Amino acid sequence: MQESGRPRLAVYKLSSCAGCQLQILNVEDLLLDIAAAVEIAYFPMASRQMDPGPYDIGFVEGAVTSPEEIQRVKQARQQCRLLVALGSCAAFGGVPANKNRFAQRVVEQQVYQHPEVLNSVEARPVEHYVRLDATLRGCPIHPEEFLELVKGALIGATPRLPNYSLCLECRLRENACLFAQELCLGPITAAGCGALCPRLGRSCQGCRGPAEGVNLAGFARLLQEKGYERAIIQNQLGKYAAAAPGVALAMAALRWEEERR
Amino acid sequence: MNEAQSEAGLASTAPGSGSQPQQPQQRQERLQSQPQLQPEQGQHQQPAQAQRLVQVEYMARVEGEASLHVKIEDSRLQELVLDVFEAPRFFQGFLVGRAYTDVPELVSRICGICPASHQLTALAALETALGVEVSEEVRLLRRLLAVAQIFQSHVLHVCLLALPDYLHYPSVLEMAQRAELRPAVERALRLKKLANDLTAWVGGRAVHPVTAVIGGFTSVPDRQEGEALRERLAAAEEDVWVLLRLVATLCLPQLVRDEVEFVALVHEQEYPVNEGELRSSRGLVARPATYRAVIEERHVPPSHALHSYVRGRDTLFVGPLARMNLNWHHLPAEVRQAAEEMGWEFPDGNTFASIRARALEILFAWLESRRLLDEVLSWLNSPSQVERKVRPPRVAGRAGEGAALTEAPRGLLYHCYRLDRQGRVESADIVSPTAHNVANMQRDLEAYVPALLDRSDEEIALQCEMLVRSYDPCFSCSAHFLKVQIDRK
Repeated sequence: MQESGRPRLAVYKLSSCAGCQLQILNVEDLLLDIAAAVEIAYFPMASRQMDPGPYDIGFVEGAVTSPEEIQRVKQARQQCRLLVALGSCAAFGGVPANKNRFAQRVVEQQVYQHPEVLNSVEARPVEHYVRLDATLRGCPIHPEEFLELVKGALIGATPRLPNYSLCLECRLRENACLFAQELCLGPITAAGCGALCPRLGRSCQGCRGPAEGVNLAGFARLLQEKGYERAIIQNQLGKYAAAAPGVALAMAALRWEEERR
Repeated sequence: MNEAQSEAGLASTAPGSGSQPQQPQQRQERLQSQPQLQPEQGQHQQPAQAQRLVQVEYMARVEGEASLHVKIEDSRLQELVLDVFEAPRFFQGFLVGRAYTDVPELVSRICGICPASHQLTALAALETALGVEVSEEVRLLRRLLAVAQIFQSHVLHVCLLALPDYLHYPSVLEMAQRAELRPAVERALRLKKLANDLTAWVGGRAVHPVTAVIGGFTSVPDRQEGEALRERLAAAEEDVWVLLRLVATLCLPQLVRDEVEFVALVHEQEYPVNEGELRSSRGLVARPATYRAVIEERHVPPSHALHSYVRGRDTLFVGPLARMNLNWHHLPAEVRQAAEEMGWEFPDGNTFASIRARALEILFAWLESRRLLDEVLSWLNSPSQVERKVRPPRVAGRAGEGAALTEAPRGLLYHCYRLDRQGRVESADIVSPTAHNVANMQRDLEAYVPALLDRSDEEIALQCEMLVRSYDPCFSCSAHFLKVQIDRK
């Protein structure tokens, strides 16, 4: 902590869309108060001044997809007392991890004329390389959860970040259950968004990643019994969390079962 | 690559054509044509040095990652490399094989600043491929969603990303520390929140909206929330004008290249957002289906951004300045009067005038969102009827191909998809506004830097950054961008 006594904040960007960083700037009502309560020391998207570490809290946005990013995430860990995953890319691989289903060369050649200058590696969550102290879920993060975490850090209280199933939140809001008609990932997805999509007539797409303690393999089998093809199930479970460990296990279990039949 | 091809703006893509399509010699030749330059008076005069290297390793206050490397030898610009090092995420690669229903949601994640633009463009392209027509209600709601996105993105750029340069602060947060600037910052943040709330009113949330799907919307906006937004919009008039007048006080540098080709959509009845025909200041005309006949992309290593060129010609310049230059007469009279009041004239060839175009588009977005909101609220007297008109139809997957062009906050956006018989993506082609602009940014920098050589390295770096920032680049979109490095010898 600096002489000012304010904790020093850093925001790092890896492979991402910058939407989660924008969510920090989207707390318009409180942005100037936050900037008074903490020292925003490193946040290139917002400021040209990039003060060197160490920092008290570091937020990492994005999946790790290149050797340079592996170095940067390791450096971030060394520079920060607390390191927080900012959104589902950093937490679970997010949308960038959708490419992991393909051979790297195949996806490169579909986009670039000179793939030899690229050095992209399989998209991994931050925790694949370094230890994390907290995770803010979502694609994008919920601004309230960012505030909850910063406030918690400022007053020394454990932030309330739900990791139970979205269905609980959805039922409490008395939304109509969409699981019967659609491929809804609510049962296995972590709450915290207020069941936004089901409230607006869309099934849950799983952007907050798997809830704690859910049986992903069992859920995958249930979807198969409902008649969904394995490729569809894989695409859906992997849309925002392809690199979450339970997803790979669930898909492997499904494949073995098919092979046994 | 031979020189004739280079002259014609046609880079060979054949293997072995070399990984440096722009040879230093040709680059130097381009620098010979002196642009019309009137940069503001340099405060820090720099004695001529033999060798200088100016670099911006990590460009701040842009979306995404890029660097700039400038090598100066014997007081001449020797080399200038704008390097987009944002890690590529291969959207066009991993979309292959996905159901068409997944596409709008996934492409939204190309960019957290203009997610609705990517969604809406993908929806239009896919609806063409699938033969789906949308109701007038859907069309207007989509226009409101896109206009709210432009509103939010422009306030973010003008106030949080660009103004700190002109007022000499590292960020808006330091600006807010100054008592005389704080009210303006608070007004801008209030506008930004309003624009975000408008986006969320239609789309469900501000970043990565969820309600817009093939053929319609999964839910109808809430009437009570809409009425509250109408009040807030009405109350925001002064906030918009304060921001506009603040931009009018800025002393803009000037960079005009006569050969620049502005490209934007033009629509017969309205200021273009989601619809229109592609036009340029040099006579280009195209529709989504013929876009590829007029615009080509080249991958110029080591950059991770694909660079766009007008076929047979050179670079292109898209964005709010291009829109304003090509659509002046389709702007509401209030916006044209405001420009007159500020003493601004369009068309304007000065790259740095983009911030004026953006400020005027904030006024446009405020006016247009009020108009559209009123219209939507009038339908909501009978919500069940609206629900029927916007409810997404059942669509069967089928083979087809569809392209769409829209005006995102940063300019022309192109999406094209080919689907197989089950409606799965066979190929995807996406060209973002920043990808359209990045080659033109390089041309602009090459024209601008020679006039800056007597300034300090820090001043050169700042001026280069300001030039690049004036495009409001989104390197996440284009890496499929900025550090500045100046090398003096």
